[in-house]
Amino acid sequence: MKKYIVPSIRITVVLTILLCVIYPLFITLAGKLSKGHGDGEQIIVNGKVVGYAALGQSFTKPQYFWGRPSAASYNAAGSSGSNKGPSNPDYLKDVKNRIDTLLKYHPYLKKSDIPADMVTASGSGLDPDISADAAKMQVKRVAQFRKLDEQKVAALVNSHIEQPLLGLFGPGKVNVLKLNVALDELK
Amino acid sequence: MNTELLGIIASFAITMLIAIPLGKYLAKMYAGEKTWTDFLKPLENGLYKLSGINPDEPMNWKQFLKAMMTINILWLVYGFFVLMHQDKLPLNPDGNAGQSADTAFNTIISFVANCNLQHYSGESGATYLTQHFIFMFLHFVSAATGMACAVAIFKAFRDKTTTDLGNFWNFFVKSITRVLLPLSIVIALILTFNGTPSSYAGKDKFISLQGDTVNVSRGPAAQMIAIKHLGTNGGGWFGANSAHPLENPNYLTNMTEIIAQFVIPVAMILAFGYFIRKKKLGWVIFSVMMVGVFMLMIPSITSELGGNPLIAKMGISQATGAMEGKEVRFGPTATAYWSTLTTVTSTGSVNGMHDSTMALTGLWELLAMMINAFFGGCGVGIMNYFIYLIIAVFISGLMVGRTPEFLGHKLEAREVKIAALITLLSPFLIMSFTALSSYVFMAHPGIDWAVKPSTWLNNPGYHGFSEMLYEYSSSNANNGSGFEGLGDGNIFWNVTTGIVILLGRFLPIIGPVAIAGLLAQKKFIPESTGTLKTDTLTFGVMTFAVIMILNALSYFPALALGPLAEHFSMLK
Repeated sequence: MKKYIVPSIRITVVLTILLCVIYPLFITLAGKLSKGHGDGEQIIVNGKVVGYAALGQSFTKPQYFWGRPSAASYNAAGSSGSNKGPSNPDYLKDVKNRIDTLLKYHPYLKKSDIPADMVTASGSGLDPDISADAAKMQVKRVAQFRKLDEQKVAALVNSHIEQPLLGLFGPGKVNVLKLNVALDELK
Repeated sequence: MNTELLGIIASFAITMLIAIPLGKYLAKMYAGEKTWTDFLKPLENGLYKLSGINPDEPMNWKQFLKAMMTINILWLVYGFFVLMHQDKLPLNPDGNAGQSADTAFNTIISFVANCNLQHYSGESGATYLTQHFIFMFLHFVSAATGMACAVAIFKAFRDKTTTDLGNFWNFFVKSITRVLLPLSIVIALILTFNGTPSSYAGKDKFISLQGDTVNVSRGPAAQMIAIKHLGTNGGGWFGANSAHPLENPNYLTNMTEIIAQFVIPVAMILAFGYFIRKKKLGWVIFSVMMVGVFMLMIPSITSELGGNPLIAKMGISQATGAMEGKEVRFGPTATAYWSTLTTVTSTGSVNGMHDSTMALTGLWELLAMMINAFFGGCGVGIMNYFIYLIIAVFISGLMVGRTPEFLGHKLEAREVKIAALITLLSPFLIMSFTALSSYVFMAHPGIDWAVKPSTWLNNPGYHGFSEMLYEYSSSNANNGSGFEGLGDGNIFWNVTTGIVILLGRFLPIIGPVAIAGLLAQKKFIPESTGTLKTDTLTFGVMTFAVIMILNALSYFPALALGPLAEHFSMLK
């Protein structure tokens, strides 16, 4: 094995320069040309950063559209799912409580109107999106708390539904932060 | 047709469209024939020169394995110390601490072995330096190690009677310069232009719309995520892996990542056929593997689309399927598709949490890792399948009363013994360590350790058992995904899974290369009417049956105690 030690060390050094210095720096430089300059795409309102387009944030006030439950409390310094198994009794109790809370704030809803994504935690704990149904379901509550015309809010939601990739692949969705930023601007 | 289903059909179709020409290219490139990437030769010659390597020096199987083991041991030692002292090294903008000895032990084995089980979170347990210089470096070289060893086997069977399996350094360097690096550049560019961070900026801080202060972990992630999939590694930049919206920002990046992790394993199988000039054998193996993949994938998708029956009982519609642990932008169909491909290949990255998938999906994920030969990891997939092939040839030989032969070489006691030992290794490691952890959990729940065994499991009952079974299955298969609820960041799990990963990586590489080396030294017997043909449908079915029977016998009892029991208890 002795014979191979020196070449092993030398090739490790040489490849480290190629793979860990040249390659990543090239991508970093190319990334400067992208929308977020490779730092992540920020959402800016009145000159202030209010969040990242890709990262969900906590919305608990009734005058905002709510995102999904999060096992990470939308703390983007970390990330995690609940990792609860499908038959875990504590987990099922959590789901039941989430249903009750939603019904309390949306007394006009039937249980079967509640989409699954509003009562289950996402994988990352930072899911920025909800389904179109989940956004539509909240329109009446948001309109009431903001004293806005319900149809106006509904139209805003409709304009924020993002279609599948090329209209063909994957699910449609609504980015909660972008929707709420637009909602704040709605008069 | 629904767009979620169309999404995975498109992903699959694109994978095949890339894999078939890539397979032909790999065969030519490794054989040293003319290819369009020959313009990279000066770069390779420079690398050899700087490293003092002669890439044309022939190696027999022992020399080949010695070179491979030497450099892998070097990485183990070097990486261990860097991880422990990462806090004192540069490129640590978030001020993260060094890893403890047992975490570093587990982490370095895991990354050298192409497993990437992660008992730390990227946001807090690693620095930009270790993420790139250790993890991303090992993503490249561990994949290249597997591919180089697979090519040694290719060469043994092409050259009829030979002691020369080729040069390890040659195959190793070319795997990087001609495949992994160019493709990684393309994928990393797609990712960064879709929102994955690629700069060295540290944590950011902002005040959210409703007034909370939020810290955001970032970093040059796109570079690492590209090779993490291409090299079937799976170790992510962020804790939530590819479920994290910065690691996998939209459906396009999701398709890119799922294609990237499947394309080389498929191409390597076809490359085998082209390389040994038995195209049909390549396609027979491809078909057997693909049948296996669909057998695992279709029920996974249907069980996720069905939703959680216990949540259905509460009156929730779950029109799109089970959503716990999943992201809205991917949906349950693409997450189930990913869960199958990440467990049949040895990637182990996740775009949704496996711990929260339905009980039966968990069963298919476990079984995929236990079989570990339907395409498998970069290079090692075909080696695992090769062991099953040897067993199938041996059993068929006995059944029809012929001397077992494989591709013109007589299989004798020594080769079959090695194959049998490698076959038994997986159930031995998985079962005995699951038994040990279950024993500690049941008999000594309150033992005086830093993390008491009674707190290991995130879920009670059958699912808790599945968490432990999954951890060792994933370690042995060098997969690296987890039922992440398991409290695995402590010395018991760090040490035991570290041992399982190490044995589960290197013995199944050494075994097949040794068998190939031994067979290639023997006299070549030309095909006659008495030869058992291995490139036929019949033999394909035979191999499939061997795989199924061996695995069912080994694992059914454990699977019955975990996911199956959980599934039936939920139907009550």
